[in-house]
Order: sequence, then C-alpha cells, then structure tokens
Amino acid sequence: MIPAAFDYYRPKDVEGVIALLQEHGDDARVMAGGHSLIPMMKLRMAEVPHLIDLQDIAALKGIAIDGDTITIGAMVTQHELINHDGLSAAAPILSEAALQIADPQVRYMGTVGGNIANGDPGNDMPGLMQCLDAQIELLGPEGTRKVAAREYYEAAYMTDREDDEVLISVRFAAPTGGYSYEKQKRKIGDYATAAAAVQITKAEGKVATASIAMTNLSDVPVWSEDAGDALVGTTCDTEAMKAAVAAMLGDIDPTEDNRGPVAFKRHVAGIILTRAITRAWDRA
Amino acid sequence: MNDLTPDREERSAGLKGLGCSRKRVEDARFTQGKGNYVDDVKLPGMLHGDFVRSPYAHARVVSVNKDAALALDGVVAVLTAEDLAPLNLHWMPTLAGDKQMVLADGKVLFQGQEVAFVVARDRYVAADAVELVEVEYEELPVITDPFESLKSDVVLREDLAGQTEGPHGPRKHHNHIFTWEQGDETATNQVLDGAEVVATESMYYHRTHPCPLETCGSVASMDKVNGKLTLWGTFQAPHVVRTVASLLSGIEEHNIRVISPDIGGGFGNKVGVYPGYVCSIVASIVTGQPVKWVEDRMENLMSTAFARDYWMTGKIAATKEGKITGLHCHVTADHGGFDACADPTKFPAGFMNICTGSYDIPVAYLGVDGVYTNKAPGGVSYRCSFRVTEAVYFIERMIEVLAIELNMDAAELRRINFIKKEQFPYQSALGWEYDSGDYHTAWDKALKTVDYEGLRKEQADRVEAFKRGETRKLMGVGLSFFTEIVGAGPVKNCDILGMGMFDSCEIRIHPTGSAVARLGTISQGQGHATTFAQILASEIGLSADSITIEEGDTDTAPYGLGTYGSRSTPVAGAAAAMAGRKIRAKAQMIAAYLLEVHDDDVEFDVDRFAVKGAPERFKTMKDIAYAAYNQAIPGLEPGLEAVSYYDPPNMTYPFGAYVCVMDIDVDTGVPEIRRFYALDDCGTRINPMIIEGQVHGGLTEALAVALGQEISYDKMGNVKTGTLMDFFLPTAWEVPNYETDYTVTPSPHHPIGAKGVGESPHVGGVPCFSNAVQDAFRAFGLRHTNMPHDHWRIWQTANDLGLHE
Repeated sequence: MIPAAFDYYRPKDVEGVIALLQEHGDDARVMAGGHSLIPMMKLRMAEVPHLIDLQDIAALKGIAIDGDTITIGAMVTQHELINHDGLSAAAPILSEAALQIADPQVRYMGTVGGNIANGDPGNDMPGLMQCLDAQIELLGPEGTRKVAAREYYEAAYMTDREDDEVLISVRFAAPTGGYSYEKQKRKIGDYATAAAAVQITKAEGKVATASIAMTNLSDVPVWSEDAGDALVGTTCDTEAMKAAVAAMLGDIDPTEDNRGPVAFKRHVAGIILTRAITRAWDRA
Repeated sequence: MNDLTPDREERSAGLKGLGCSRKRVEDARFTQGKGNYVDDVKLPGMLHGDFVRSPYAHARVVSVNKDAALALDGVVAVLTAEDLAPLNLHWMPTLAGDKQMVLADGKVLFQGQEVAFVVARDRYVAADAVELVEVEYEELPVITDPFESLKSDVVLREDLAGQTEGPHGPRKHHNHIFTWEQGDETATNQVLDGAEVVATESMYYHRTHPCPLETCGSVASMDKVNGKLTLWGTFQAPHVVRTVASLLSGIEEHNIRVISPDIGGGFGNKVGVYPGYVCSIVASIVTGQPVKWVEDRMENLMSTAFARDYWMTGKIAATKEGKITGLHCHVTADHGGFDACADPTKFPAGFMNICTGSYDIPVAYLGVDGVYTNKAPGGVSYRCSFRVTEAVYFIERMIEVLAIELNMDAAELRRINFIKKEQFPYQSALGWEYDSGDYHTAWDKALKTVDYEGLRKEQADRVEAFKRGETRKLMGVGLSFFTEIVGAGPVKNCDILGMGMFDSCEIRIHPTGSAVARLGTISQGQGHATTFAQILASEIGLSADSITIEEGDTDTAPYGLGTYGSRSTPVAGAAAAMAGRKIRAKAQMIAAYLLEVHDDDVEFDVDRFAVKGAPERFKTMKDIAYAAYNQAIPGLEPGLEAVSYYDPPNMTYPFGAYVCVMDIDVDTGVPEIRRFYALDDCGTRINPMIIEGQVHGGLTEALAVALGQEISYDKMGNVKTGTLMDFFLPTAWEVPNYETDYTVTPSPHHPIGAKGVGESPHVGGVPCFSNAVQDAFRAFGLRHTNMPHDHWRIWQTANDLGLHE
C-alpha cells in the first residue's frame, strides 16, 4: 500500500489544470476527493506520475439553485449535498442518496465530480444523475461542452471524457413529484448489491412521468427508459410495478462477485426497485 | 479512631480492587493517539523491509533476479532463501511441530507467500524495489480443497516426501499431516448403532481471519559492538519469541531482548512466528543497522495466520425423550501449505475435544485429520481458546439438528442434557475435568429474561402471517449455551515448543507504599494494567492507582507464556494473587513486629494488619512498606518483594447462555438483529466494566464471523477477500445493542475464583447468531446451512426452500 513516486500539483484555477493535462497527457490525472484514485495508486493499479489536486479551485465549488435549474460544482462534497438547505428542498433525492454513500469521514472528502467522472460502476451518483437527466459539463482546451449523463458512460472506468478534459459541474432541472433512492449493501462503506434511483410525477391519480436508474448492476449505470415507461399512465399498482421490474431486468447485466451470484442480484434488483417505486409513488 | 476515620467499606472502595468498575488506565494514551506501537519505533539509521510475494498459489520458483532492484538508489539488500540457507534460516519451525519456509525455497505453496525480502533506506524505496525483483515462476496444479488434496497425486510438500511419520503420528497420504483421536470410537459406534434416534449432519466452519486493527510487524536491532539483539514486535508471547529467536539464531538468550510495546489487538493473529520477524532479524544482523518490517492490511489478510477452516461431520445419539447417549465427531482440517497452528504441542487440534459442550454425554469420539492445501498457513485461535469456537459451534449446531430430528424445543433439549451442578467437577467423555458450573440456573435466567415462551409464540404467529402473505420477514430465535476451556494450562500436559504453560508475576513494593508489578503476559487491549492492579490491590491492601503494571519487556518481566486463549486472568492473574499473598505474608511479620505482638495475633483487614480483637491497633500497608525499608527487623531481610510462577492445577471453564432474536428479510437476505442477550459466568468478576467491554467486542467479532467474515479462495488459489471492502469488519452501524447479564460460579482451584472472559462471547456468540438465522427457516424444513450467513447465502437458503415463489 505504498504508491510509486509522483509529482503533486495544486493549481488555483481550471486553466492551470488544463495546461498541466496538456503538458503531461496520459501521465497526469486530476484528483477530487481522492477516495478512488489514492487507493488505486497505493495498490499500484494506477500509475500517476503527475497528480493534479483540484481542491484549491474555488470555481469548482458551490451549489447554485437558479429558478428550477440546479448546478453542482465538481468539488462539492457528499457532506455538503446532505447539509445544503436549499438543495434538500429542491432535490431531496440527492441527500437521500448521499446519506447512503460510505460514512461521514468519507463523505467529508468524497465529491460529486469525482464520483461521477470516474466511471466506477459501484458509484451512486452516476445512476442518480441519469435518473435526473443531468448534463455533465466538461472543460477542455477547446472550451466547455455538455454531455448528458445518460450518454456519458461507455464501460467500467470508460467515459466520454477526453484525457485533457475536466468535469467541472453537473446541471439538472429541479425534479418534481416523488423520489426515492433505495440501496442494499453488505455494510457501511460498501458498494451497492443493488440500488435504484426513482423520480415519479403524478397527474390525476396516475403516473405522469417516471425516471428509473440502477446502480452496480452492469459495468455502467443503467437508466431504464422502458421501466419508467411501464409505469406511465398507471396507478403504480402491483401489475405496473411488475412490468417496470421486468423491463429493468431486461436492461441490467450484473456479474457474480463476493456480493453474490447473478440470480441473487437480479432478484434483489427487482425487490429494491419495487421498494423504491413504492416509496417514490407515496411521496408523489 | 473517630467519626472521620474511614470505615471498612470506604477503605475497601478506596483500593479499587476486585469488583470495581475502575476506568482503564490505558485509555488516556490510547484515546489521545499517544500509544506506542511497533510502527512508532523509530531508530537512528533504521532500514525498511518489504516482501516480494508470490502471485501464484502453487508454483515452482525458477529464478529470482535481484539486479534491477539492487541497482535502485537506496536499496541495501535483497534476501532470498539462498541467502538465508547458510544460516539455516530459510526454513523455521512452526508451533505445530512442522516447519515453514521463511523465503520460498524452490517453490511456493500459497498466494502471498514470501519470496524475497527487500531492505532499503526508505519505506518507499523498498516498495519500489519490490516491483523490480524479477521472479520467474512455473505454475503447478493448485489444490484448495482438503478432500481433493487427500486424493491428489500432486505432492504439495516435497520436502516431506517419503515421510510417513509426522510429529503427531502416522501420515496416511503425502498431503496428510496428522490424525488425532480422542475418546472411544468403538463404544461410541455401539451406542450409535443401538440408539433410538441418531441425528447426522455435516457442516463447514469457514476460513476466517482475526484481522486486528494493527497488523503484524517487527523492528530488529543488532548491536554488533555488544552482541545484543533487541527485537520490538507484535508478539502475544514475547518470552517464547526470545527463546525461539535464540534457538534459531544461535545468539545466547541473555543477549536477546524482546519487547512487545502497545499492541493494537491480537485475537490469535500475533501468537505465531512469521517470516517477516525472521527476515528483519537476519537483515539487521547482515547490515548492522536496525530493520523495520510492518505488513499492510492485504498482506495481513492474505498471509498471516487464518482461523477455522474445519469440515465437521457429527453423529449424535439420543433416546426418544431427548437424552443424549453418545456423540461422534470427525473433522477434516484444512491447514494450508504448512502446519502453523498455534496450539499447545500435544494438541494438534487444540481443545477441539471440548466438543461435548455443556452436556452430560456418556460416550464420545473425536477424530481430526489435518491436511495440506495451497492456502495460507495458520489455524490460530481467533478470539477463543484453542479450536474452542469450532467445538462449540459443532455441538450447538448438533443440538439444534437433534431437536429438529426429535421435533423438540431446542431450549428444552439443552436443559435435559446439561451437566448438573452437583456433577462438578465433571469428567467429560473426551478427557476434561470441568471445574465448576451451574448451567441450569444460567439457562433459566436467560430464558426468563427474554421471555422465551413469548418469543416462540410470536415466532409461530409470524410463520402463519408469512404463509398468509402478510409479511415477508421471518423471525429466528437463536440459542446457544457454551462452555469454554481456557487458561492453558497445566505444565504437565500443556507446552509451547517445550515451554510449560505457567505464568508469572513479580511485585516490588516501594518504601512509600506504591508498587510495580511485572507479568509474563502482554495486553493487546484487554486492559491488564487496570485489572491486574485490581487483583493486587485486593490482595495487598494498596490502592490499584498506586500499582504500576508492566508487561512485554523480556529484560524486565519474569518468563511467561503470553496472552491468548483467555489465559491471562486464569494463569497470570493467579500468579499475581499468589505473589500478592507472599507480600502479605511478609507484611504480616513486619506488622506483628511493629505492633509488638505475635505474628498470629494480627489479621489482615482490607488495607492494614490489625491486632486481633483490638482493631484500633493497626499498621497500614503503607506503614509496613516504609518499615520494610527503614528499619532493621530481626529475622527478616529488608525490602518487600515477591515473585510467583503459577502452574495452574486445571483449566478454567467459563460458560454462558445467549439468546439472539433476529428478523430476516426473505427477499433480500438481510438479517436484522432485534435483540441480543448475553449471560456470562466467568467466575469472580474483577472489573465489570471491562467484562462488559470484552463481551461487546467478542460478540461483535462473533457477528462478523457468523454473518459474513471469511477468507475465500477461487479455484486458482487467489484470495477473493483480501481487502476490508470484501472482508467483513463490522462498524458501530452493523452492531446491535447488546444486553449483558451474569451469574457467578467461582473456579474452585483459582486463587480468586476467576475464570477469564475475553473469548467467551465469541465462542458463544457465533453459534447464537448462526442458530438465529437457521431457526428462522426451521418451520420451512431447513436442517442446516453453512456460515457465513451473508445476504446472498440467506437469500439462497430461502430460495432453495421455495420461499420466493
């Protein structure tokens, strides 16, 4: 658990980050909270000769709620998500999910940007951002561009982000209706055995819109459009939920690990989604 | 005397002796980050060692090329078996009578095995150099299953080829280590053949690991000028390490000083001798500079001693009314690549023969076959006396299986088979003499406190509700009643590498009435500095606050066998009491002289000796201590000191009654512990607060083992659970509230009647948690399912029983 030697940089602005990334190419990596990258470096699974720490960049911090648009800076911590009054009112699913990430010590350091950018299938924020249909803002040498969270993930640790780009923020419309983030894990600090993010709006006693995303059940987060569609127009009765679960099961592709075999994970995914829908519908 | 004179009770309370929940004197430094652990030892010129470890579970080591590593700036040496061979240190003896490679000698037998030891000026350089050592391996067939191993043509231990006799008798196969038999198999089989009811079950007690917060490590410092070797290390038995180091290195024992500083938990993991210790010593001898080796978490989980890994098959015979008539147990024990079990020499399967448990079983047999596989060596007593968790798990599962067979309540089945109070001392069918017990009283108290009948009724209602589709949660009532066997032990049958398992205490009273006491044990968090002072306070009448306890430095502490197997209080605690009594005997003579009466005319009274019948005429122990140094007393040497080496006449047998109430989500496999009640009888209670802490800790490790903590391997021998992400270490979040309770049945042979408690909750807790899970499914036909009961395995049980339709 001793990393190889590396040079450490702490630029004051994003331009400085981009310059370092251009200078060092593949040999440089940015670090937000460090909770994924540092263990990888200590295990020598990631070799990072040039480590760029983002913590001094004020522009990456802060939560902005502008009308119905919410912007979260990449360096906002999970702790801040939980403790931000305006955010808890505008998008309560965020604090509900963040409270299920690791433990307080980790949440003081772990960031939204790091959680989203890395492409780790075990992270909770990617699925959540897909559920919220967030736009991910990337800054590169050519300026900024936006990518939909639903388009961002390609495979485990493979994303649409180029090596010389930095994730600077995520932006989404404040959700309305009912919400739920439901997660089963073996213990505090563990990744999900299965997790579901659900937002539901209701009109005239029926589901008007439904957005459903699943975590750690494929090598990427899974936004299941069909599962959401299965609920629209229904009263979220048992049959509708069964249909949503069936649709979701068609979209996920879990693999066996120490959390259990595939059959177990698929079963639990269905249970967790059913519970998440039930709670979101109750709140809608 | 006047109104201000403290009365007897006040004087007694002032001592903070036996029975006082005295706060732990260790905690001031531990809670402020001021502990001094091995990794805190920093010496001038100290070098750092790190291991090149095998990525393969079974392979021939074709070549080791050190050139690139040695070329790295800051690298001082790279040691391989070839370098250690001239010193005859490339192999070392194990506590189990086997030998183990210090560095790979031609082949590796488990993933993570030590292949080369890099020594560098800097810890980071050492890690870089490890990457540069080029090892060429030739992979060999891997065996991770002991049953397969016993059938395989593959010879794991080529060094033992052709040896049909091992340290514990004949070897049946080239991968077989020993067969150990206890009891009467013929008579047991006769009982089984003629029994009205026989319940049979096979169970696997999975491999796990003690995983102390502090990993293992050492700092060796060879002073070539005066020829002295100082060795700091995470040693649960520092004196034994000194003796072993002397025998291995040829350095005379008086020239070796072993220091166990603060130790961050042991739980059995720090009993054995590891290659890292040997390599740091050799490297210091070679370089003439101090050398530190501290393993990281993954190395600890993957290479230092594991626990359990017992495949157990039981047959239990009973009458139709449930009276047990015989017990047969066979174990196939997976010991990994070397037999490095930490057991007393004559007990290759530890005290597994306590497997008749708390029950009066007239005839029994135990057979254990030890087997080599391509897994890490070890087999330590993880928070238990030697293999006692395995034994208690076995019998407490067999009782449950028998209850199912008899269609009987498991609490009642236990009750009718308990050894009765009047049967103590009780001679068990497998050779132990249980010292004391009152099982029925403890059991009745436990069942009454938890409203056992009410729980069973609620459980039955829940089953009906489940069948009606009104709930998806089942309820389990886990029971366990355990008898530990701790305090090894009598020198006549217990030794470690030939050293009898006595223990010791040396006490020195200072002129002003304070004292220092040194013992042969070593605290790893148990709070010895607190509790041993309490034993002495009650024995010698000085406040515990005035008594310093020192352990762990072999230059100052008397020889002892260390701390494991809950032996500190039963053995060293007894030595402390006996040393205290020697002090008191001399103090009595001094007091009599000072009071100008005959020795027999004074009596001890809490903190003083007083003239019989004239309590106003007394000398306090402080007065007496001063007199011992400031005046000539005819017939007595000056000073007030004593030493005791205590060889216990018997083991002690703590026991307890535990109940766990659990709700299980059938759909997700998530168990929720609603209630956990633990009644412990550890004899005389020295510090109730520390006992409670011990019980909480032991139960938490029991919860871990029962509900998910395992070291598992894939077919290639890769460790699948090598980090704390996958190796379950519970936090406050996963741990339920524990209710603790007690009865007191003193040990008749221990000087203060104490029995030891540190490991009881683990021993009793594992079957209790497991039984709760299994009991939840009893109504649906479950007979037995193996631990660990993690979510997916519980779900699988429900699935197999058809509960997911």
